[in-house]
Amino acid sequence: MIPLGRIYLLVVVAFLYLPIAVMVAMAFNASELYTLPLEVSFHWFEELAGNERLLAAGRNSVMVALVTSILATSIGTCAGLVLSRRKFRGRSLLQALLLPPIAVPWIITGTAMLVFFFWSGIGRGLHSMIIGHVALAIPYVILVVGTGLQTLNEELEQAAMSLGSKPAHAFLTVTLPLLAPSIVAAALFAFAVSFDQFVVSYFLATPGVTTLPVEIYASIRKGFTPEINAISTILLGVSMILILLFARLSHMGDVSDRR
Amino acid sequence: MIVGMLLPAYAWLMLAVFLPLLTMLGFSFLKVAPFGNHPMVFTLEHYLAFVRRPYLVDVAWASLSLGFWTTGLCAAIGLPAALALARATRGRVKQVLFLLIILPFWTNGLVRVFSWTMVLRDGGILDLVIHFFTPHAPPQGLLYSYPAIIIGLVHAYLPYMILTCYLALASIDGALLEAAESLGARSLVIFWKIILPLSLPGLVSGSILIFVPVIGSFMEPRILGGRVGVTMGTMIEDQFTQAFNWPLGAALSFTMLAVVLVIFGVFSGALRNRLATS
Repeated sequence: MIPLGRIYLLVVVAFLYLPIAVMVAMAFNASELYTLPLEVSFHWFEELAGNERLLAAGRNSVMVALVTSILATSIGTCAGLVLSRRKFRGRSLLQALLLPPIAVPWIITGTAMLVFFFWSGIGRGLHSMIIGHVALAIPYVILVVGTGLQTLNEELEQAAMSLGSKPAHAFLTVTLPLLAPSIVAAALFAFAVSFDQFVVSYFLATPGVTTLPVEIYASIRKGFTPEINAISTILLGVSMILILLFARLSHMGDVSDRR
Repeated sequence: MIVGMLLPAYAWLMLAVFLPLLTMLGFSFLKVAPFGNHPMVFTLEHYLAFVRRPYLVDVAWASLSLGFWTTGLCAAIGLPAALALARATRGRVKQVLFLLIILPFWTNGLVRVFSWTMVLRDGGILDLVIHFFTPHAPPQGLLYSYPAIIIGLVHAYLPYMILTCYLALASIDGALLEAAESLGARSLVIFWKIILPLSLPGLVSGSILIFVPVIGSFMEPRILGGRVGVTMGTMIEDQFTQAFNWPLGAALSFTMLAVVLVIFGVFSGALRNRLATS
């Protein structure tokens, strides 16, 4: 029974990674077609370095994700602190309001943003993408920071206060440093939410101003070039590194041993 | 102080999520989008589109069956995987496998869908493998077909199902299973009488997390389905990016949202009844 279960898991993992592995292999393959054996080459990455459209889209992606991460983390951390530490009337309603941004299909959120931003004069472009991405990231930041707070020992802060520390001082010198890993994890998560976001960006992009996923989608629909493999490989690498860092900081792996 | 710390977050959500959804709901009742000199004329005609344009019913049905197939396959593959993860692994192996399973699901969905085109296209990796075993097999030509869309969607959403089922299974007391075993229950009986009922909450939340976005998916049908891939998602996308009939797009969006909510109202009600009787 036990080896059977493990074999099955390996098959599932293989299914999950098979197309990704093929794509990465093709990005490093000299030939445009599937000629085997694989001849390792950085040709497509060099092509990429000369593709000004994709590079500009890449810069936009990083910029939007950075601004989103900073805004969403600061705004979300404030709200997360209050929501998980204080009890007040209407708290469960406020928590329930975090669900729609996560649960409503992105195509609906994205088109709704397009309609509203266009109609209200906010317009489309990078600034409206940032407005949208921050809204999508805030609920996740609140959840991550809230979970981090729950694992903290509130008595530490109380101990500091009973030893004569003022509440604000106790918070800044005791709780905040202990919470720092969760806040950094939330910031990474917010960065990843924005950096990987396609649907919302797609509806808010203007023909000249796009992000990497939007540009990749346009290239795929126009016709295939192996450069897409190269840029996709880079995109994949960045998000995997981000999420591994997140897993480390938020002790996500520990979930697996919770009984 | 409480208000001051909460206000930025909720003001932002109001501006970027709730006001847009309300605006779009308003738009769905307009005859034409109120840009330029178009007067605001209210109408229900966009909600009647399903009656007036019968092909929309086919499109809606195609989306729903895409949702059922994807959710069903994810459950069939994901529950055993979650079970194996919970019971057949431990310690470091478990942590690594857990991370390996959820890692792809945080990477760019578009890139993952795109990567399937290289496996499924004529002369792609799948064809190469098949040719290796049966040299004279014709090309499968799976790309731009309905199964291709389902493969891509299952690949995209399977980690959700494994995750939610795993969380449900991890909380099952191992003593319960040992007790059943020592009383002589066969493993099929244990699965049917203990594991399946107890993992139902995980199956239900996984199904919701999968079904809802699949119904609205548009890039998977576009990239893997080509001309075959006409779904509610692509219809809505067309209204906003090609046809510029925003009121119709808005009405289709809210109809889709309503259908999804109704299905899950019925589905979760039925499941709760089953849980109560078993």
